[in-house]
This record gives sequence, C-alpha cells and structure tokens, in this order.
Amino acid sequence: MPAVTAFLPDFRNTPQIDHVGVEERAARFTKRSIKTESKVEGLKLALNMIDLTTLEGKDTDGKVKQLCYKAMHLHDAYPGLPTVAAICVYPSMVAVAKKALQGSNVKVAAVATAFPSGQASRDVKLRDTKFAIDQGADEIDMVISRGKFLQGEYNFVFDEIAAIKEACGNARLKVILETGELVTYDNVRRASEIAMYAGADFIKTSTGKIQPAATMPVTLVMLEAIRDFYYRTGKKIAMKPAGGISKAKAALHYLVMVQETLGTDWLSNEWFRFGASSLANDVLMQLEKERTGVYQAANYFSID
Amino acid sequence: MTERIDVLKTYKLYIGGQFPRTESGRYYAVKNANGKLIANMCLASRKDFRDAVVAARSAFSGWSGKSAFNRSQILYRIAEMMESRRTQLIDELLLLGYKSVDANNEVSAAIDRMVYYAGWCDKYQQVFSSVNPVASPHFNFSVPEPTGVVAIVASQQSALIGLVSAIAPVIAGGNTCVVLAAEQLPLSAISFAEIIHSSDVPAGVVNILTGKVSELLKYFADHMDVNAVVTYQLTNQEMQLVKEKSALNVKRVVEYNAISWLDDTAQSPYFITDVQEIKTTWHPIETVAAGKSGY
Amino acid sequence: MAKSSKNIQPALKFNIKYAPAPESVSAASINEQYNLFINGKFEKPLSKKYFDTINPATEQKIASVAEAGTADVDKAVKAARAAYNGHWGKMPAKERAKYIFRIARMIQERAREFAIIESLDGGKPIRESRDIDIPLAANHFFYYAGWADKLNYAFPNRNVSPLGVAGQIIPWNFPLLMAAWKIAPALACGNTVVLKPAETTPLTALKLAELIQDCDLPPGVVNIITGAGETGAALVNHPDIDKIAFTGSTEVGKIIQRATANTHKKLTLELGGKAANIIFEDAPIDQAVEGIINGIYFNQGHVCCAGSRLFVQESVYKEVLQKLKDRIATLIVGNPLDKNTDVGAINSKQQLQTIQKYIAIGKKEGAEMFESSCALPNKGFFCRPTLFTNVAQSSRIAQEEIFGPVLAIQTFRTDDEVIEKANNTPYGLSAGVWTNKGSRIFNITTRLRAGVVWANTYNKFDPVSPFGGYKESGFGREGGLHGLNAYVK
Repeated sequence: MPAVTAFLPDFRNTPQIDHVGVEERAARFTKRSIKTESKVEGLKLALNMIDLTTLEGKDTDGKVKQLCYKAMHLHDAYPGLPTVAAICVYPSMVAVAKKALQGSNVKVAAVATAFPSGQASRDVKLRDTKFAIDQGADEIDMVISRGKFLQGEYNFVFDEIAAIKEACGNARLKVILETGELVTYDNVRRASEIAMYAGADFIKTSTGKIQPAATMPVTLVMLEAIRDFYYRTGKKIAMKPAGGISKAKAALHYLVMVQETLGTDWLSNEWFRFGASSLANDVLMQLEKERTGVYQAANYFSID
Repeated sequence: MTERIDVLKTYKLYIGGQFPRTESGRYYAVKNANGKLIANMCLASRKDFRDAVVAARSAFSGWSGKSAFNRSQILYRIAEMMESRRTQLIDELLLLGYKSVDANNEVSAAIDRMVYYAGWCDKYQQVFSSVNPVASPHFNFSVPEPTGVVAIVASQQSALIGLVSAIAPVIAGGNTCVVLAAEQLPLSAISFAEIIHSSDVPAGVVNILTGKVSELLKYFADHMDVNAVVTYQLTNQEMQLVKEKSALNVKRVVEYNAISWLDDTAQSPYFITDVQEIKTTWHPIETVAAGKSGY
Repeated sequence: MAKSSKNIQPALKFNIKYAPAPESVSAASINEQYNLFINGKFEKPLSKKYFDTINPATEQKIASVAEAGTADVDKAVKAARAAYNGHWGKMPAKERAKYIFRIARMIQERAREFAIIESLDGGKPIRESRDIDIPLAANHFFYYAGWADKLNYAFPNRNVSPLGVAGQIIPWNFPLLMAAWKIAPALACGNTVVLKPAETTPLTALKLAELIQDCDLPPGVVNIITGAGETGAALVNHPDIDKIAFTGSTEVGKIIQRATANTHKKLTLELGGKAANIIFEDAPIDQAVEGIINGIYFNQGHVCCAGSRLFVQESVYKEVLQKLKDRIATLIVGNPLDKNTDVGAINSKQQLQTIQKYIAIGKKEGAEMFESSCALPNKGFFCRPTLFTNVAQSSRIAQEEIFGPVLAIQTFRTDDEVIEKANNTPYGLSAGVWTNKGSRIFNITTRLRAGVVWANTYNKFDPVSPFGGYKESGFGREGGLHGLNAYVK
C-alpha cells in the first residue's frame, strides 16, 4: 500500500498536548469498573490482542518453539480460549516461529531495522527488513531514528519509514516511536503523525528495552493522533502499546481507553495489540478466578 | 486708595475631568458660623451622578490597567500638589470656621494620608495575595483586583481629611469613584478636585459631587453600574436604604462608623482591600522529568 | 491558518456498555426519620412537621426529615449563642483546632458511607461523590482546623475576633462539601453555627451531625436544622444572628441582602454564574474538549461555576465540535450508584422542568441542538448531555443560568471580541481559557472579571484555593486564607 501522502504532515494541524490534562484523562479510564460478563469478554479479547514476545540475545529455536506452542494453547484447561494475535521475535527466529505456528492464525511479527536502537545505515535497515519478510514475517516492527527526530530532522524519519514500508510489501508495518526516549507528549504526538503519514499500519509505543515503556497517557496521546488521522483521511491506523503492561486489570483499562477514544471498531486484534510477555498469564489467572470463584496461584499456569 | 476687590471662586462639580455646573441649575448656600455666605455650591442631581458613573466606568479599565508603580507615583503627585496648595486648603478650612491650629493639623494629616496610600499602591497586592499549595499538579494563586466603580458617601463631619481618607484607598486599589462631599463642608472637596485635576490622575478616576445625602443616597445605592458603595457615618435608617437598594445588583456595601480622622487608626491597607475582589487562577504544572517517572 | 481546510467526515462508532457495577447501598445506614440537630441532640421539631427526601434516580422516598419552624430556628440559635458565650468562646484556639481535625478524620473514616448517601439523596454519580465531594469535604475541615490557632498570621497588624453566631444556608448541588465550606472556617475562627441544608439533600448534613456527636464537639457549637425556604428565611431574619453565609441562586441572594438591610449582620453570598470557557486555536484541543465536558457535564451541570458558555475560535470550531460530540457519545448517563456512571440524576423534578424549559427556549430561539443518544432510565429525573450551536450572545440560553447539562456554544475571531463577550454578563463567578501561549493566558485571565479563572483546566477545587464571585455572583470568598475573612471582625 502506498503512503497516504508523500509529504510530512502539516504540524499546524497537530494539537499541543497539556501534560496534566492528558494524564487526568488517562486516569479517568481507570475509574471504569469492569465486572462480570464485561470482564470475561474483555479479558478474552485482551488475550487475543497479545503479541507474545521474546526479544533476547539468548533466544534459541527451542525457546521460540515453546513460546509458539503457548501462543496456540494458552491454557487448555479452560475451553474456548482464543489464541494470541502474534508471536514477536527477532528476524533470525522468524523461520522457526513460522514453522511452529503452521496451521494457526497466529501471526509472526519480526522486529527489524536494527532493533532496538535503530542506529544503523538505511541500507542495513532495509536488508534487515527484507530478510525478515523473506523468512515469512507477517508483520514488521520497526524503530524510528529517535536521534534524528530529536535533531528535528523530520524528513529523514519520514523517508525512512516510507522506505521500510515499501520494503514490507504486504506485511503490516508497526512503527515503534520509543516514547521513553522522546520524553514529551508533544514529541510523541508529532512522531505519531510522521509515522502515520509515512505509511505506518500500526504505531507502537516502545521496544520494551527503555523505561518508561507503554503508559496509559502516552498511549492515549497516540490513540488521539490515530483518531485525528482518521477524521482527516478516513484511514484507520492500528495501535500497539508495548512493555510494562503485565496485569489483567491494566489491560482492561487500555481496552476501555481504546473503546472510548476510537470506538468499538478498534476493538479487535486487527486494530489493537498488546506487546507483552507476562500479561497472558495474569489474564488467564483472572479468567480462571471468574470461572471458579477462587483466587489463583501462578503455579497453575505454564511459564514459557 | 480704593481697596482691591477679591475675585470670588465659583465652586463647581468635578465629573470626567471637567468642572461642569450641575445640569439641574440648582445651588445651595454654604454659610459661616455668623451666617455670612461663603459660597453657592452646586446642588448635584441624580443626572449629575449618572454622568459621573459613566465617566468613572469609562476610566476604570485604564486606571486599573496602569501599573501599580504608576498609580503610586500619581497618588504621590496628588500629595505634592496638596502640599503646594497648603495655604489655600488651610484658608478654606478657616473660612468654614476651623481654628487655625486645627486647620493646620487637618491639612498636614490629609497630605500625609495621601502619601501613606501612595506607598501602598504597589504593596498591598504583595501582602494580600497568596500562592495556594493545592493538592493537584496545578499552580494556583490569588490576587486582589479592584472591584470597579465605587460610590462613596464621604463623612459629613469632615471637610478635607475625611474626603481624602475615603478616596485614597479606593483609587490606590485601582478603582474609580464618584464621591459625595460633606454637604455643609464642601469647599475643600472642590479644591481637592482641582488638585486631582493637576496631578496626572486620568479624567473620570475621581468624580466629586456636592449636594445632599438625603437626595442622592438612594441613587448611589441603586445604580446598576456601580459595583460598591462605601459610606461613612450614616444613620441606621440611611444604611438600611443603601443595603436594600444595593441588593438590586449585589453591590458590595462597606460601612464605616466613628473614625478619628487624624489618628493612624484611620488608615490601613484594609481600607484598600475592602473594595477589592480576590481572583484565583489555576494552571497545570507538567511533571516531565520530575524525579522517577518520566511520564 | 490551514486548520479550516481540514476535511472532517468519517464518524467513529461508540456503543459503550459495561456490565452494571453498582456500589452497595448496604454500606450506609440511613434512619427512617431524622430530627433536628440542636445543642448536640436530635430533637423532635416543635413544628411537629416532617417532609420526605427522595432518591431522584428512582423517585422513591429515602427518609422523612423534620421541618424546622420559627420556634425551632430560635431554639437552634439560642443553643448556638449559649455555646458561643460559653465553652466554645472561651476555649483556647489550639483545642478548638483539635475538634475540627477530629471531624476531618472521622469523615475520612466514614467516607464510603457518606459517598453512598450523597449519591442516593442528590443523584450525583458515585464516582464524583467518592472521588471529589467527600474527600474535599474532609480536606476542607483538615485545612481550616490548622488555621484556628494561627489567625494572627492571616491578618497582619490586626487583632481579629469571631463574629458570634453564624447562620448558614447551603444548596443541593454539593451538600456535604458546602456544609464543610461553611462550617470549617466558621469554627476555626471561633464562631458557632446554625446550618440549614437544602430540602432535597439533607441527609449527609444529618449524617455529619451524627459524626459531630461522635466527635464530642461541645453541644450547640454546630446545629443543623432542616427545612425549605421558610426555614431559611426564619434563620436569616433571626435577630440574634451575627452573620449570614449563603450559597444559592442570585435571586435568593438578593432577597437575603435586602432582608438583612436593617441589621448589622455580616453577609457573604456565593451565587449564580454563567461562565465563559474560551478555546483558542492554539489550545491543547483534546484536553480542552475534556475541560469542556468537565466544565458543563460535571455533576449534571448543577454547578454554579459550570462552563456553560463555550467560546471557540472559528479556525478550530469544526474540529472542537466534532471531538466534543464524539466525547459526549461516550458519557454514560444513568444510575448514580453505578461506578461507571458519568452523568447521574437531575436533583429534583422541579430542576428537571427548569432545564427542559431552557432546552425548549433554545430550540425556539433557533439554536441548533445536539444531545447524546444514550438511553435514559425509565424512572427518575434524567437529562441527556445537551449542547446548542448557532447561539447568539442575546440568546436567553447564553445569558441565564440553566444549572443543568446544557451547553451554549458561540464562536469568536479575536481576543478582544471574546473578552468583551465573556465579560458581557451580570455574573462573574468563574471562567476558563485554553491556549498554549503563556503571555496570552496572563492577558486573558487578568482581563476576565471573574473570581476563579481556570487556565488549561476547569472545575478544579481545593481547600486552599479561594472561591467566590465578582458582580452578581456574590461577595466574599470561601476556601484558602481569604476564606477566613468571612468569619472574623
């Protein structure tokens, strides 16, 4: 898919962000009380939105295979559970994951473009991306050049995203802003616009390697950017907060936020993902608690 | 040798920086203790008051918008002008039957009072403002601001010091005013108007009427474009009228009773704050990079 | 600006529905009948009369409450006078402070119960009574408690003393919070009080009376008498009252100002408002939209400082309106006790009728109406969040206080124009301004003739922050250092 425009967005259309106001608004979503059937429904949806992730230097075929099994069999003791949305791995693990997930709907996402720092040449980043695509990746999670962004070289950042998008072919592109390094909400908002205008299918908060990673306010800023882009162009962009979301309750708060900011159309794993490794088990524990009425313990849920 | 004939002064009203006669064409005679005519004063009417309020309202944004320092200098300038017209002010008090020593003391006290309030212009805000440590991440502060157009019924028992003590705190705080002078002791009021007029005080900031409390009081209290009424030594019955009429537009009513004018108790910044509003302003404070959490 | 060229068409779909999450009513104990709290005891009314207080969300009776007649008012004032002349007046300030601290602490301990009763009796969402009303009420007592023995620092070069007996009349929109705003500074300054809560929301004040008993506050220091306008009038007209503090409508405020004209009663009035909320094109738009929502739909719009007149700069008007409508679509209207409710029940049938009258006026005046499409409960008094566009400054819905969830939107072009329009009202309680430019904020906030100005925020309250109006919005301040002035001479 070609980019919506070949140009940088007009930043005069980009609203300023008031720090306190956006945090108040984000906190307000956490005041929603999600009970009984809404809770069960929400938790299952959350499971189905997870990009189950392993991004370690010590990742091996064995580790990735185990994780893939988990992705398809989250907790077989509980009938009717969905699978996660995707497995998220380094490009070198794509082929293994692809094979392990054969026959399922679980997608394989690869972090590319010299993840996590992005400090490599354009050429290396493109080859990194193409390699992952060749290995069978369904989705590419790229990082933006934060240094260039902070230098004000928005055109560089824009062109790079557009080039990677082109290299992705039919794979969906997630653009990681690494919000923890952008520091201000105004920067996050601006980077979101650059990414969307350059052709991102998803915008994603973080690599998970930098603190803070995903937070509710920063995700809200990005959801609002998505909403404004939709208002202007009619094109839907998906969102992926990643890193730091490990509790079922938090996941439900995020879903409330998505629903009340972008509407019900965004409540599927086509349009929203959680980048997480330990979230799934906490959601499973909560689902079991709802089903059985008793509080659960970690040892009853597999750690992969 | 023929004696030189004095040129007598016509005492007029002071409205919007001009000295008009009353639109009503009415007058009243002020006499000394021996019954000799001192002057024919304008007997201000309801319409004169109306005109004065219009002048005061149009002067309000300019006067309240001046820097406090500038107001301070202008009030000090009034004191300078008073000092330079000291003899005139004393002579007028003598005409009204004051003893020489009393006239001297009153004029001195009046000048000193003006200097006192000149000094307060750029300080009362500091003393009576606050930064309020709210529990949320907001910067919150409260400052006094002038209430607007103030109608003053000056003391009927004092010629000069009562008038000056009433006007000074009101204008020091950035308000504009319409003042009804002491009916039977009005000469100094009009001379004071001349002093104001030559002291860089913008037209309309101070408007001075001479006339009868009994006639004008209700209009002072019921005019919808007056924000506050300040009264000195009125009777309970008069005060009831003022308060009842003031309810029409929720006027602030400030009532002062016995005051020993020459005394330091007749002056304080609380006379200024009595015709001030407190405005509280909120603004968020972002906490980027404030300690452990970036976001 | 390029903003006007924006092509805004796609619509978001909102169908927000969560499973019911009701707060449990059993956590609160409510008697079937309440008497008058006079001299530390609950006394049957000499008037022998009682009235019902109902739950506006269900129209069902909650309890019957005594109606204080003239003789009851007199009894309460005598009790307050005796307490003032007796132990309370003679008590060292630091001991007085400890009683007030006690009240604050005990409200915190029983916060959940108070929140439930507040929402039951008044219709406000439990989220608001739980997170705003009750904590703020406790904090208000806590703040003023500390002032009791430090008054010399509040009034430089002036020896202040208490006024005596204060008669206090409070409205139905923030029942316990308004009681706290009245009682806390009065006690801190050494006065005794007779408080009359509103007839539609008396219960939390009566629970406060129970709590005050538990605190062992000396009898007569706080007396709480219930009733409607006549009870209030009897209190205002009682000859042995030194001070009247009233919060309510401008209309009644003027009656009180007249009624006290032949007395030396000190008076403070916190009256109506019609606040301008001003959005400039460089505003943080999304937070501004939130501020608009919070400004007018907070507490069903039953807020004297509600941002009921919205001024939007024309270059961002379309964008703001679309975002506002989408945000309104996510508001949940319904059972006040449900933790997810954003807009609860209108306080009374009478108030609902007033709001409906103004909505009809708005339509008749040719303004364009938009209302939330949410479902309303079958019983009870409810009103959808509503806004009007194409409103002129001369429209009645832009001039008169509606006291409901109804927003009147006007557009503007320049700073001067909006300041003039914002100030073009007899009211002057509050205002809001949204812009990212610091120097503009200082200009606008300075030039707005209003007692509370929120810049890039709205409807924030804090015990340390003075609150009160200019012009016909009343005089005197409540809260903060400046709030003490109302209770000393």
